Amino acid sequence: MDLSFNIQGGDFTSAGTASSQVRRTLKELGVDASVIKRVVVALYEAEVNIVAHACHGTITAQINPERVFLQLVDEGPGIPDIEKAMTPGFSTASQEVREMGFGAGMGLPNICRNADVFNIHSVPGKGTTVEITIQIK
Amino acid sequence: MTIHEIVSLVKGKILCGNVGEEDFVEYCFASDLMSDVLTVRRSDFMLITGLSNVQSIRTAEMSDLKYVMLVRGKTPPQTMIELAEESGIVLIMSPYSMFKASGILYMAGLKGVF
Repeated sequence: MDLSFNIQGGDFTSAGTASSQVRRTLKELGVDASVIKRVVVALYEAEVNIVAHACHGTITAQINPERVFLQLVDEGPGIPDIEKAMTPGFSTASQEVREMGFGAGMGLPNICRNADVFNIHSVPGKGTTVEITIQIK
Repeated sequence: MTIHEIVSLVKGKILCGNVGEEDFVEYCFASDLMSDVLTVRRSDFMLITGLSNVQSIRTAEMSDLKYVMLVRGKTPPQTMIELAEESGIVLIMSPYSMFKASGILYMAGLKGVF
């Protein structure tokens, strides 16, 4: 099963709707609750990152009986130093993002912690692609 | 501790959600930082937060939580209440600060998640 979503940068009211939809789908498919939590926590952090930092983005979720594969592609400023961005506590988030409860520098480390496979590729000035794989079985 | 006991201890009120005697929690986590909440692996705790917007409910949803307490007497926006209702999350409001509400509940026997 494939699901796809368009994400608008700066739209904090809608941030999380894609993650919520994926969560509902996984529940309907009878996926184990601990796996669902890992998937949606990773996806929600990544979705909020698009809203917080990018102009626009797309999320694709491929779900099969063995695994969930999530791909998030955004058009935005990109990340000049990925290693630094992965450091817990490092953040470039705006005050607006912090007022929404995010921007504490835990997003990327939290995604990585919940993923079985995590890939991130970024081109400064163009955008970032994040790929997350979580095994169901 | 039942949710009704918790509400009484913090002089709170239930803003949405049906609560019966079977509704109880043993653990709490208090934070305004949603990424911190999302690092907690377990799901059997109540979130205490001062973050009065839809993202605290989204975070509770992704964390598979059933109970959220909003402190500092903040009146949540209608969108936050509606999302809590839609997500099956019980939203409680307390006039106390996060420190005071957490302290009262800790002294009454609720435990921290770590």
